[in-house]
Amino acid sequence: MRRPGLVWLVLPALFYGALLFALPLALLLIGSARGPQGWTLAAYSRFFAGSYAWGVVARTLRLAALTTLLSLALGYPAGFALARLRGRLQSLAVAALLLPLSLSVIVKAFGWTVLLRRDGVVNLGLQAAGLTGAPVRLLFTETGLLIGIVNIFLPFMMLPIYASVRQIDRLLPEAAATLGGGPLHCFLRVVLPLTLPGVGAGCTLVFSLAIAAYVIPTLLMGDAYQTLPTTIATAFLYLQDPQRGAVAGTVLLALSLLVVGMSAHFAARGAA
Amino acid sequence: MTGRLARLIAGAALVCSLVYLLAPLLVIVLVSLSPSPVFELPHDALSAVWYRRLGTLEGLGASVVLSFEVAAAATVASLLLGTLAAIAVVRGRFAGRQAAATFLVSPLMLPGLVIGIATLQFFRSLGLSAAVPSLLLAHVVVVLPFVVRTLVAGLARFDFALVDAARTLGLSYPLAVVQVMVPVLAPSFVTGALFGFLASLDNYPVSIFLTDVYHRTLPIQLLQYLGESPDPTVAALSTLIIALTVVVLIVGDRVAGLNRMAGVA
Repeated sequence: MRRPGLVWLVLPALFYGALLFALPLALLLIGSARGPQGWTLAAYSRFFAGSYAWGVVARTLRLAALTTLLSLALGYPAGFALARLRGRLQSLAVAALLLPLSLSVIVKAFGWTVLLRRDGVVNLGLQAAGLTGAPVRLLFTETGLLIGIVNIFLPFMMLPIYASVRQIDRLLPEAAATLGGGPLHCFLRVVLPLTLPGVGAGCTLVFSLAIAAYVIPTLLMGDAYQTLPTTIATAFLYLQDPQRGAVAGTVLLALSLLVVGMSAHFAARGAA
Repeated sequence: MTGRLARLIAGAALVCSLVYLLAPLLVIVLVSLSPSPVFELPHDALSAVWYRRLGTLEGLGASVVLSFEVAAAATVASLLLGTLAAIAVVRGRFAGRQAAATFLVSPLMLPGLVIGIATLQFFRSLGLSAAVPSLLLAHVVVVLPFVVRTLVAGLARFDFALVDAARTLGLSYPLAVVQVMVPVLAPSFVTGALFGFLASLDNYPVSIFLTDVYHRTLPIQLLQYLGESPDPTVAALSTLIIALTVVVLIVGDRVAGLNRMAGVA
């Protein structure tokens, strides 16, 4: 059955990917470093002149880092509890996780613009709980943005953690307890290390999705909050400055590849 | 004691997470059923007035048709390319087949906007400016990774000795494939196709650079409505999108099971 001839079957897909994915990306990189007089990094020095672009990059990384941390803080215990559920309850919880995950990001962002309004449900709840006397401004603030963006990416943190906890033999913690380990010791020395691959996968996924987020910052923060993705879109759609967009795109692409590459490196070291 | 407390905290985190995840969906459904035009919540009367007004959303019908056409065509093309590629990657013994699989799945891990502008510039340099062919070509890149990922996982689990066994029992090779391999691999096909179809249907970062005034896909049109004048009619439209997603998940659950769809089984 295993024949070298099978290689032909992968060629149509590879050819398609090379032509419509790899080649355009390569041309984008080349275009970002070409001027009228040949190769030049002028577009990069123009982009990074002054503090504006550095601010954009820093804001993008900060947003992604905060999103990843908050998703991990909520997603780790939640993913854990999900894996310990049984039967119909677990199916129901997985369904409740898959529905928002599969739903259009624009629809969810729209929901948050309604929820976060001055007279929205979140403000009504805060006032009813006596946490605040007057409505709090949430839309167009970083707090509101974080509430919205963590909401979008939390499932990507919970699912890999859920998957890694599922694989842990339930007898392992018991064995550790039999051998005299306390619950905390058992968690730190036995359970936590076994869930680290899931944590790594979740963090990589959330971080690389969050640095590329466009709809949520646009709808919840507006144009004043410029990240790399909004800079790319503005350059192409409004400024008609494709080279500026190509430079911002290259920077974003490099950051993504760095994150994915680092994660693959650590995963390989962890497995070795 | 510590263990019980930890379980309590974890359980609370799960409940909070699920409420938090479903909150924006719930609020959209409620707003769409409210008689009030200003997103007033809570409300005590139900009304279908915003659903009746869906027809007044300019350009909605055309964008729905375009989105479904593009998603269907891209999914069919991806199933053809992806099935062949997955068979080659799982069954072949050639060098670099792991790299080939990684390459085919990689658009999932890269920023969609960057793929979008790269595709836009590439098509411009070729002189291709028509929106529909551009969308069709680019959306295969969006859908293909979903198909390849699930099919490679499905095929890797499949025991090919079953096909040989069926042949020993007297089935011809094509019949053995149809009667043994296809039913076992059907869940992977359906999951990959469903998620790919949804990804194309919801795609904005690639589509936004390839659509024009006359050819807007549904997400681009939806963003447009939200930018202009978000009113409960848009909530009614969003509720229909939620309903469609629910239907897709129910179909997926029946065929493949939720855990397999979530990629954890």
